[in-house]
Parts: sequence; C-alpha cells; structure tokens
Amino acid sequence: QEPQVSGLPEYIKIVEVGPRDGLQNEKVIVPTDIKIELINRLSKTGVPAVEVTSFVSSKWVPQMADHKEVMRGIERHPGVQYPVLTPNLQGFHSAIAAGATEVSVFGAASESFSKMNINCSIEESMEKFDEVAKSARNLNIPVRGYVSCALGCPYEGNIIPAKVAEVSKRLYSMGCYEISLGDTIGVGTPGSMKKMLEAVMKEIPLAALAVHCHDTYGQALANILTAIQMGVSVVDSSVSGLGGCPYAKGATGNVATEDVIYMLNGLGINTGVNLYAVMEAGNFICTALNKRTNSKVAQACFNTGTIK
Amino acid sequence: VPLCQVSTAAAAGAYPKRVKVVEVGPRDGLQNEKNVVPTPVKINLINMLSETGLQVIEATSFVSPKWVPQMADHTEVMQGINKVPGISYPVLTPNLKGFQAAVAAGAKEVSIFGAASEMFTQKNINCSIEESLERFHEVMAAARAASIPVRGYVSCVLGCPYEGKISAAKVAEVSKKLYSMGCYEISLGDTIGVGTPGSMREMLTMVMKEVPVGALAVHCHDTYGQALANILVALQMGVAVVDASVAGLGGCPYAQGASGNVATEDLVYMLNGLGIHTGVDLQKLMDTGTFICNALNRRTNSKVSQASCRL
Repeated sequence: QEPQVSGLPEYIKIVEVGPRDGLQNEKVIVPTDIKIELINRLSKTGVPAVEVTSFVSSKWVPQMADHKEVMRGIERHPGVQYPVLTPNLQGFHSAIAAGATEVSVFGAASESFSKMNINCSIEESMEKFDEVAKSARNLNIPVRGYVSCALGCPYEGNIIPAKVAEVSKRLYSMGCYEISLGDTIGVGTPGSMKKMLEAVMKEIPLAALAVHCHDTYGQALANILTAIQMGVSVVDSSVSGLGGCPYAKGATGNVATEDVIYMLNGLGINTGVNLYAVMEAGNFICTALNKRTNSKVAQACFNTGTIK
Repeated sequence: VPLCQVSTAAAAGAYPKRVKVVEVGPRDGLQNEKNVVPTPVKINLINMLSETGLQVIEATSFVSPKWVPQMADHTEVMQGINKVPGISYPVLTPNLKGFQAAVAAGAKEVSIFGAASEMFTQKNINCSIEESLERFHEVMAAARAASIPVRGYVSCVLGCPYEGKISAAKVAEVSKKLYSMGCYEISLGDTIGVGTPGSMREMLTMVMKEVPVGALAVHCHDTYGQALANILVALQMGVAVVDASVAGLGGCPYAQGASGNVATEDLVYMLNGLGIHTGVDLQKLMDTGTFICNALNRRTNSKVSQASCRL
C-alpha cells in the first residue's frame, strides 16, 4: 500500500450491491441459501454496507421473490448496514416487518426510463418515495436515494446534468441521507461524469453523494477516479462484477468490487475492505452461478496462482 | 505533482486537446495470441487499421522466428501491407541484424525495447539492462545514418513479474538513457498491468524530470482492469500519446487466461467522451476488431465492442 495521495478522500465507503443489483441482473435464479451465504461472506470482508434484497413484487423481479427469507436468514454483523430496496409504502412495510433497518428508493433522471421501468412519471415516483420517506422518518429508518440514468438513458440517449441535479435535490429534500448517482447503462466517461457532478454538487453536499458506475463500456474505474478526484467518497460496486446489462445483451454491468478496491488500495485510500476476502466471496458466488468472474483482478490473481 | 493539483488542472479542462493513439495490435497483440495468424490475415488487419484514422500502426517484429513464431513472416507482412501516406508503420528491431532486415523490407521507423527491471531483462533477453542498452547503440547509430526514427519502450515501469515493485527512479534512469541515445519517444509500459493511478502518477513525476512530457507515451495493460484509470492520470499530467491494441488483443504471458493490452476501442470511447481529438473512427475500429476476432475465433476484449454488439 502506498502513502496517501494528497487531495483525494482519506476514506471511501464501499456499498456492495452484488446480492441485489448484481443477482437481480443474473439470468440464473439463485437459491435462497446461496444468497444468504454470499451475504454472510460479504459481511466478513469489511465492506460497511451490503445491499441485501428488494421488496418488490415477485411478479416483476422473480430473483428477489425470497426477500423475506433472505432478510430474516442473514447474519447481522455490527458495523455493517443492510439496506433493501422499497419501491413503495407496501414494500417498505414488508421490509420493516422482515427486520430491515435501512431502505433505498430508486428515482431516475429520465422520464422515459421511469415510465418503462416503474410505469409512472418521475413526479409520480417521487410522490411514492415521499410516502416511504415519511414513514421511514417516523421509524428512524435511514433512506438512500438512487438516481438512475445519470449519464445517459437507453431510451432518451443524452441526459442533461441539470435534470440529474433536480431529481437528486428532490430525493435529498425528502430526507434521503445519501444520493447514489447511477450510470445505468455505463455510457458515461470522465467528461460527462465531471459535468454531471458539477451540476449535482450545486444542490447536494459532497458528503451525501455516491457514484454507482456500470462498466458496460469499460469506463467505470476512470469514471470513479474522476468522481473521487472531485471529492466523492462513497462508491457502489458488485462482487465479481455480478449483474449484466439488461439493455446490451451479453455486455457487462456493475463494476467489480475487487477491481475498485485494487485501485483504491493503490491510491493509498482506506476502505476497511480485505481484497482477498472479497475475491473469495466472488469465487463462491461464481462457482454457485457456474460463471466466470467479471473482475479482472480476480482473473489475474486466480491465474497467477496468487489465489487458489 | 500532487493528484489534487492534477485534478484541479483537469477540472480546469487541462487535458491534451489531441492524443496520438499508437496501435500495437498487429505486433504486441498478435504476439501474445496463442493461434498463429496467417500472413494474409495480418496484412488485412493492418490495411483495415489504416482506414480507421490511426496514424501509427506497429506492424511486426524483426526477431528470430525461433523466439517469436508469430512474427516469422515479418518480411512478407512489411512488404505486403498498403503503406498509406501519413501513417507510420514502426517495427521492432532487437538488434542490428533485425534493423537491417527491417530496412531492407521497407521499414521507415523502428522500436527498441528496454526494461526497468534487471531480472526481467535477464529472463527475457538474457543480459543486463546495461548490456541491452549497449546493443542498442549499434541500432541507434545505423538508424541515425539512415534517418530512421527510433521509438524506445521501457517495460515493467509499474511492476515486474519477478522483482515485484519497481522504483520510479529506475524507470526515469532507463528512460533518460533511451532518450539520450536518440529515441524520439519513450513508451512507458505497465507490462503486467499491476499499476494504479497512484503508482502511475509517482512514476511519471520522476520520469518527467528527465524526459520532456512531449516525448512520453504510456502503454498500459488491463490485466487488473486499471488501464483506463491509469491512462486518465497520465493524460492529466500532460502525456498525449497512448498505446492500445484493437479488440484488446494479446493476453498476459505472466497470468494465464488474464487479459493484456487495453482495447483501442475502449480508449477511443473515453477520449471521445473527454472531447479529445484522435482522428480515429470508432465504428471502423470496431469493425476491424470484429474481423480479427473472427479470424482468431475468439471473443473481443473490448467492452465497447461487446456492448455495441446486439446479439
């Protein structure tokens, strides 16, 4: 590990989204006990947050049908948060009943994406989330807000930074403690990341921002680097780069946690995460899914015999 | 230069306005592919690359076929390709004999390979760094006499498969020697892809004390997925020449099954997004990548290509 480079955050919080965002976009339905095992292994890697599951209707997302069992079945490690997705009040109540202590809501910076994904306008979705946020506040449950399509939309193409800032501000004002800006289809580059963050940073304090970069066009680490150079200190990633892109068949999706940690280690930035432990969790889930890892670090380490 | 100052410069829009992309697929790429590629396929690959807007295409290597069977057809390739005016087709020449063969075959630019690691040099070419540089004196003298530009490569600049960590001072020392010998450009190679933006910054800071940034290039391997992030930092520090390989051809000989070169398509995608001019037509580049991957019967390593392919 190298001495800390001045100007970059000293610590970066990694939000591990593999069990939810990752598995949700994997074709193979994963048995409940495998999901639980994966989450338990991730809990031991040092990541401070693991996104566990999604309280959506199993009709829409069959992979997350076992949300209650997963939530009840996992070990809860001290110092680790276990957020779950709750698209509406019903999902929220269900999540709380199952023991959730943090929830997330998903907005989008694109009207078309919002309509195609959750069948309502951005404004309508914000009203639903507001209900969730109010109930959450009453129960002292923190809420994380996601903004999808922050750097481009599969339907609308280019997304203007001002729109991302507007939606982010809405979510922040309703009480979300953190806003995760998602490059949903991975089309962003350091150029568009910088412009988008400049617009959002006018509305939201830096400390409340996270980036959720997809690696569909290989740009994720460069985009994350750009974000952290601008002071962002929360990064979402997915063990083994689980989760393909539903909009580009055969293409990759989430950035791999291993590859992010490798970069941050090289920059001397503290994450608290044990890279080898993540690689082992990645090896576990890839074996269970019978697939190759999407993490280049894992590929390189397994192939040089550094990890057996 | 501290990374915060670098990022301020970047935030102020201080990326280079133009970047020269040096395409190494036909040489570095194919050299590290298992399947031996027939000569006509190599020639077609280079001809297709010549249509993409790339200004520099590393064509082949004048080494003994005993060492590098993939490059055994170097003379035929050199003589068979369309040499498009305005495009440079450098070739590797490890010694005087190779240089002479290259020139006889029509080469107008050559490259020589040094390393920042003693052990790597020993294992790779069976001599010390100092001895390797001495061998190159002959090539430099002959090149100067023939007015042939020479590009110098430094391998293992961010780490060595045998020695592990490599000191930035050593990289600077070897780079300076190559530059002083007369190389017009020094390409700094992260041979096993272990570098990160932190080590890239540190290494470049030292090298830039000895070699002007206008004479520097980076040659990043993507074995650990760090290539584009490393290239981004190099650009922020003023480097404006980047090596890459179409379709990310060329695995890593030190990590079986792992990837090697960064894909030219992914690099150009990033540079386009930064508004940096390259002159390269991304679609034509992707088509060329598709061609060579079909010929090699393998999947592309370029994520841009994968994403754009609607199966």
